[in-house]
Amino acid sequence: MSNGKLRETNEMEIIFDAVSENEGFARVAVAAFMTGLNPTLEEVSDVKTAVSEAVTNAIIHGYGFGIKENEEIGKVRLHCSIEKNVIRISVEDKGVGIEDVHKAMEPLFTTKPELERSGMGFAFMEAFMDTVQVYSVVGEGTRVVLEKMLGKDCE
Amino acid sequence: MEERKILEGTFAILDRHLMVKMPRELDHHNAGRIRERADYFLLMDNVDHIVFDFEDTLFMDSSGIGVIMGRYKKVCCFGGKVYAIHTNERIKKIIKMSGLQNIVEIIS
Repeated sequence: MSNGKLRETNEMEIIFDAVSENEGFARVAVAAFMTGLNPTLEEVSDVKTAVSEAVTNAIIHGYGFGIKENEEIGKVRLHCSIEKNVIRISVEDKGVGIEDVHKAMEPLFTTKPELERSGMGFAFMEAFMDTVQVYSVVGEGTRVVLEKMLGKDCE
Repeated sequence: MEERKILEGTFAILDRHLMVKMPRELDHHNAGRIRERADYFLLMDNVDHIVFDFEDTLFMDSSGIGVIMGRYKKVCCFGGKVYAIHTNERIKKIIKMSGLQNIVEIIS
């Protein structure tokens, strides 16, 4: 920027098909986006794991893939923003929604034991991020917002 | 007799242990393939235990936990054991966070 000051905000958005091949793409995209914050390897791993959990949830729970075939492929919207040293990631689907968010977030709770889901998705998001917020309306979709402050360890 | 028998790429049977080489990225997308093939080999009558080898694994999420838990359920009823080898700090942490350290023996 012309005034020589570093920009303190940055933003990106990706919309992709809700297919499992894109899980790796989504977390790598976020990892690449956050490099400007000079994260530690551990911080990158934390964010990648949390994004992977949220995106997998959108694909297999939101849109129910892995069970039904020949259904129209839904889209997952991944929005990331950086403000100072905080990264905020929103993962949104227009799928079935969650009836009881509180219950869904309980460790080991899963509605898809047949897919061998461990029920640890939200627990991992909570463990690896500072905050996890879930907004969901049945029949309309779910939005998971993850936030993490970086650089806490080196201060 | 040669005990070692390499089956296919990422799987091998060694002294009644099924050795499973885990992929670089163990997410939901890759978990299905590992699960199916591991279950196929677990049906063989010369396999009692399962060893997950994380040497090449750079990423794992809760899908990996699902794979381990599911295979444990299959071998434990016949007295089989589950081991994890070449686990880095990150994978150890994820296994412990999930409470799996009681069913998986981590050998480093």
